[in-house]
Amino acid sequence: MDLSLSDDQEQIRSTFAAFFAKESSVEVVRAAEPLGFSADLWRKLGDLGATSMALPEELGGGASLLEVGLVVTEAGRHLAPVPLVEAVVAGRLLAALGAEVPDDGSVLAFAPRPAGGDVATLVPGAAVAGHVVVRRGDDVLVVPSSGRRAPANLGLAPLADVPLAEGRVVASGPEAVAAHERAVDEWRALTAAALTGLGERALEIGVDYSKDRIAFGVPIATFQAVAHALADAGTAVRGAGVLATEALWAGDDEPGRFPLLAAMAFAFGARAARQASLTGLHVHGGYGFMLEYDIQLYFRRAKAWPLALGDPRRELRRVGKMVLGREVA
Amino acid sequence: MDFRLGERAEEFREEVRAFLAEHLTTEVIERVHETGTVHDWDFYRAYAAKGWMAPEWPVEDGGQGRDPFELTALREELRLAGAPTDGVGTTLLVANTLRVVGTPEQKAEILPKVLRGDIVICLGYTEPDSGSDAAAARTRAVRDGDEWVIDGQKMFTTLAHESDYVFLLTRTNTDVPKHKGLTMFLVPMDTPGIEIEPVHTLGGERTNITFYSGVRVPDSARVGDVDKGWSVMRVALAFEHGGGFGYEIDRLLRDTVAALGSEPDGDGPRLVDDPATLERVGEMAVDAEVSRVLSYAALWDGHTTGVPGPIGSMTKLYSSEALQRWSAEVVDMLAPRALLEHGEAGAAADGWPTQVFRHAPVTTIYGGTSEVHRTIVGERALGLPRAGH
Repeated sequence: MDLSLSDDQEQIRSTFAAFFAKESSVEVVRAAEPLGFSADLWRKLGDLGATSMALPEELGGGASLLEVGLVVTEAGRHLAPVPLVEAVVAGRLLAALGAEVPDDGSVLAFAPRPAGGDVATLVPGAAVAGHVVVRRGDDVLVVPSSGRRAPANLGLAPLADVPLAEGRVVASGPEAVAAHERAVDEWRALTAAALTGLGERALEIGVDYSKDRIAFGVPIATFQAVAHALADAGTAVRGAGVLATEALWAGDDEPGRFPLLAAMAFAFGARAARQASLTGLHVHGGYGFMLEYDIQLYFRRAKAWPLALGDPRRELRRVGKMVLGREVA
Repeated sequence: MDFRLGERAEEFREEVRAFLAEHLTTEVIERVHETGTVHDWDFYRAYAAKGWMAPEWPVEDGGQGRDPFELTALREELRLAGAPTDGVGTTLLVANTLRVVGTPEQKAEILPKVLRGDIVICLGYTEPDSGSDAAAARTRAVRDGDEWVIDGQKMFTTLAHESDYVFLLTRTNTDVPKHKGLTMFLVPMDTPGIEIEPVHTLGGERTNITFYSGVRVPDSARVGDVDKGWSVMRVALAFEHGGGFGYEIDRLLRDTVAALGSEPDGDGPRLVDDPATLERVGEMAVDAEVSRVLSYAALWDGHTTGVPGPIGSMTKLYSSEALQRWSAEVVDMLAPRALLEHGEAGAAADGWPTQVFRHAPVTTIYGGTSEVHRTIVGERALGLPRAGH
């Protein structure tokens, strides 16, 4: 067992922690609303190699999924207004299929839900993407895209519907489907990592406020009713963080367990982030409900990020099926 | 990064499985169930004969020099199998404490017997009026020449009726703040003046109330300095290995899945195809995994820092509450056959989930209540100020 980061991994983590703290401040996040995209931040991330690090070495990458997870966690902590998870997953999928990975600096978006018809709906990142990777049936398509309108949405994210007419099939058949399913698992595990960062920060904001806010003559953090709700959220977020790390590690080193762990990490990460952001908001009292206070930024996104895949409870049913299959077999 | 326990631990796990297959017989399990005493002398002696009472101790001290990961594999298998290890737990805790604070005579007298599986030691901390607030103990120990005279009573003295010694928290000074007037003793259970009264519990386990009336022990029975009992308690508490209840949830999950598979079709859809069943099985599996990885994080934290940190509290808090929730959900899922107790024909999964449901309420009480652990998490993990209200 070794649950510590290596020196190199710790270096990645601290570099991106400092980067996002500086470049994705709350002011940057707010200025990017309502579209939820900062072209400037995207360019800087590209310069740092964050968008290509997870590609195979010959394409300028070589980082493990776990290492990308470290970057994504820090992006989540600072609500970075960039579709980083989608770009990473789409790039890795195209590389795995032997398809060309666009490297013109434009955004590569990824539809975690396969398209049912001629349009992929509410694809994260698609409103600002140059290309969108979508699966329809047995086909994986790359769809050129530009300047799509993002409908007003809960997470203030650059979502968009993507018509598939101009799409080019880059792979077909069972292998393409399997590669896409693996990509969706990567999306689940990385989204879980982003939600961990979000949850940790939302909780910190709540903890800090509860230590400062005086009511009945004492800081409200000294009331057990307040402290214990925060402790529950802290426990959930910690559990979500370790589980997301385990899933990402399995993605690199134990592929047999990856689908199950990715689904578990995703479902639990969604729940923990919501709990942390709601508790963080609640301890603010009425101030938590004001747009001026930052906690609401976290509350909206905690709920919105996982929904791109559909009802998170469906993920629990998938886990149930996998567990029943495992136990019966 | 590696979430596996490692080759040595997995090899040891196989050895433990083989041992359990041979010694954890249906007879042992049924005997434990009938008596409510989660200890079995045959099993205990066989277990000790493997050298597993204190496998983490160095070989020269009678252990096997096993690392924390091998130890984890051992505990995992014991818990997954439902082995009766209450006696192992309390006895080793006291033995570990004696190694740190005991006199050379105490170590020479007690530790070899522990390693051979000859004796069981129970814990005498809790009293009728003090549980979580253990330092409020009122059982008095008064010096009389070279002896001490002990009077009082202890509550939930589990395994007292099988024990050779009780590790007793007493008050020796009433003129100082409560933490500063405590002294620990290791009292032989056959000392005149000790009475044991059984206490029967909702979960079917038997525990005891123990009465101490004019109990005389020599000063050599004292563990640690006079009035320094609380620092001895702190040593002992640090040896309380957590680990939580992830494996109990796993066992519940396994029983549930087996029962679902054998559930008759009836008129409606099979239970295994019911989306509500799938969702609950999925969520239960997630909670089992969260509990497990939290316990691994606590293990790793302790291994690298040398001190048990607040992740242990998170593990205990989360997993005990999850066990309560899921045992309740599982008896719902397996209704109405979950109404039947173990031993009745047709009982769902032999009645074990119902047994877990009855046991689960105590898991958020012993080993630190959920409230105690939330306070620890708040103060030590989140940096909250001491809670007052």
